[in-house]
Amino acid sequence: MNTLIFRSVAPFLTALMIMFSIFVLLRGHNEPGGGFIGGLIAASAFAIYGIAYGVAAVRRALWFHPMSIAGSGLLLAALSGFVSILAGVPFMTGIWIYPRLFGVEIPLATVMSFDIGVYLVVVGAITSIALALEEKERD
Amino acid sequence: MATPSSTPVDLSAAFVMAAPTAGDWLVILPPALMITVGAVLVMVRHRIRLHAPIAIASLGFLVFLDMLLLWKVAVEGPVTMTMGRWLPPFGISFTVDVFGALLALVSAIAALAAGIAAASDVNDSGRRYGFYPFLMLLMAGVSGAFLTGDIFNLYVWFEVLLISSFGLLILGSERQQIDGALKYGILNLLGTTFFLIAVAYLYAIFGTLNMADIAMRVGSLQGAPLMTLSALFVLAFAMKAAAFPVNFWLPASYHTPRITVSALFGGLLTKVGIYALMRVMIMLFPLQREELSLVIGIVAVLTMVLSAIGMLAQNDLRRLVGYAVIAGIGNMLAGVAIGSLAGVSGAIFYALHSIIAMTALYLVVGRAAAISGSWTLEGGGGIYRLAPGFAFLSLAMLLAVAGLPPFSGLWPKIMLVKASLDIGAWWLAAGILVSGFLSTIALGRVFLFAYWRPQAAQTPDAPYGPSAMDWPSLGPIIGLTLLVTAFGLFPEGVIRLSETAAAGLLDPSRYIGSVFATGGAP
Amino acid sequence: MEAVFSVLVAAFFSAAIYLILSKHSVRMLLGIAILGNAVNLLIFTGGRLTREVPPIIGAGLDSLPAGAANPLPQALILTAIVISFSFFAFLLTLTYRAYQELGTDNTDEMRLAEPKDDPMPPLGY
Repeated sequence: MNTLIFRSVAPFLTALMIMFSIFVLLRGHNEPGGGFIGGLIAASAFAIYGIAYGVAAVRRALWFHPMSIAGSGLLLAALSGFVSILAGVPFMTGIWIYPRLFGVEIPLATVMSFDIGVYLVVVGAITSIALALEEKERD
Repeated sequence: MATPSSTPVDLSAAFVMAAPTAGDWLVILPPALMITVGAVLVMVRHRIRLHAPIAIASLGFLVFLDMLLLWKVAVEGPVTMTMGRWLPPFGISFTVDVFGALLALVSAIAALAAGIAAASDVNDSGRRYGFYPFLMLLMAGVSGAFLTGDIFNLYVWFEVLLISSFGLLILGSERQQIDGALKYGILNLLGTTFFLIAVAYLYAIFGTLNMADIAMRVGSLQGAPLMTLSALFVLAFAMKAAAFPVNFWLPASYHTPRITVSALFGGLLTKVGIYALMRVMIMLFPLQREELSLVIGIVAVLTMVLSAIGMLAQNDLRRLVGYAVIAGIGNMLAGVAIGSLAGVSGAIFYALHSIIAMTALYLVVGRAAAISGSWTLEGGGGIYRLAPGFAFLSLAMLLAVAGLPPFSGLWPKIMLVKASLDIGAWWLAAGILVSGFLSTIALGRVFLFAYWRPQAAQTPDAPYGPSAMDWPSLGPIIGLTLLVTAFGLFPEGVIRLSETAAAGLLDPSRYIGSVFATGGAP
Repeated sequence: MEAVFSVLVAAFFSAAIYLILSKHSVRMLLGIAILGNAVNLLIFTGGRLTREVPPIIGAGLDSLPAGAANPLPQALILTAIVISFSFFAFLLTLTYRAYQELGTDNTDEMRLAEPKDDPMPPLGY
């Protein structure tokens, strides 16, 4: 898959897909979408980058090891559940805050941080599987 | 979307309004703690020096949490916390009664022992591959399965522990392991899929997945195909628990991984299946269990007698212990088939004994092979001369598994035999005794050949020799032996707790009361 | 509507069971993939079927519109899909490795963990 066209398009495609995956992740708050599907989109973006430039380039670009990303996502999701202990409500209850940034009210919730955790778990796990399989193909 | 500007609504229509107490948090903490620690261990995957201390410390903390939970539940009755504050049955409830808390505590102890033993058994490459993270996630699955009150959630925890058990099973990726893992993987996945099919039918019939809610409605339901449903559940859980004739994945796979992994699996996994079987068949479908009791009884007798014969036919120590695990499952199934208070409490006691004893027996066998240099009865020998103290511990554990006094295997067997004679099922009692007799011969032969006999002159096929005083491998064995002896010498406390647990299963009114205490709309 | 789906579920199950009964691990895997989908359809049908109204609370509303689909089976199926997908990926890799290492996909010939000529235990010293 080392054609010139594919190699020139791949970085843009990857960037676009990752942006779209974040859009889907945040949209999942009130409308169809969410961390799981967003994570899958991001993982396919990395897979495309890997097909074009090789596994080593993806690993360099990711900086963190995919499994570490998955681990941090799991940790974030678990900790989001624990936030409710501070508010005196049961585990996993959504806690909301409404900070005002530049005059705009931004509702933030543990539901969202949980979803971001799911996103990271899916990105990390699927990317590490995909990279491992691609590495196998090369050798 | 909830913004502060929207009109106030009556939250009490959908939400639990009472704030949870610190004690309520104990219900959710064991699995949540394990997931959190597992996530941290995945993140520091390459700093393998940190793994063992963090994992062992958190397993110790898990034992402590489970002790507190058992104490609270034994004193106050079942405790419930419903996730996300939704009123049950709409939120996912975690409900703990004495049954769940007892098994959670004992399995945490077994996992702690295995975690310590792994410090010497699992090498650096095994740790880099992720032994301890998988162990944490496995324990999250096991604790979650014991503590949840929602049947779909139970399925999810089954899958959590199944996927981490895959990871543990192929740790090292030797050819034998891949062969074993393939059979284990496919058959266990089939088992959990059957469970999911049963859950789907359950949802179609009841429209709810909360176990307390189901237990409440099951009596007033007319004309639903509950027998079909129960038969599916029995098949699914029998597969998970390795009951004959759906147990062939166990002898095919349990001897292939590292011995610590075998110890974990032998102690915990099949017992989760038995737990789910008892929870569903005794608490949710008592009438259907009555109808199926003959089938379960026959399966129980076949399981324990055939696996005892299997023990007699094995030359490899690990495979022999695998059959011993199955023999124990047969005994527990006998308790389920009897279904009386005495029978169920006998089965619960047996499960507690089996978790400890099977973990310990695998660890014992692993150390024995390391000392004598062979996994087989044929090639081993001479341990009595090389390590007399360890040989003494091993004898204790072999007697405990065979069900001889003064160790913990004796009492549940007595309870089960007595309970089966009480209902006139002499053949069930005979099955338990015959299986116990054959296991005694097989385990006695292990001691004769692997310990008593002078060492056979052969090339070693097992990793040679830990040093004589290797605490990470000897310590857990000593601890578990002490526990088994204590259960055997002072069984009253355990029997009383098992009876409370059994009573809670047979009459779930307190369990239901705990879930719907806050006035949920059933 | 449920009756039609029941027949479809039955067809899925039959195909899955037929494939799983095969000796070859690749076919068994295909059977397991179909079995997972059969179960998902079963859950979906078990939750009763309605048409065309998705279970999403629209902007400015407090509850679902009348006649909306049952959201719970969809949540259950999503969970089950994720799980069966990850298991399928794992088993696929495992089968591939097993084929590489053991040189066969015939389960009758996979006797490495349980060799046929396993010696009997000694009968005396």
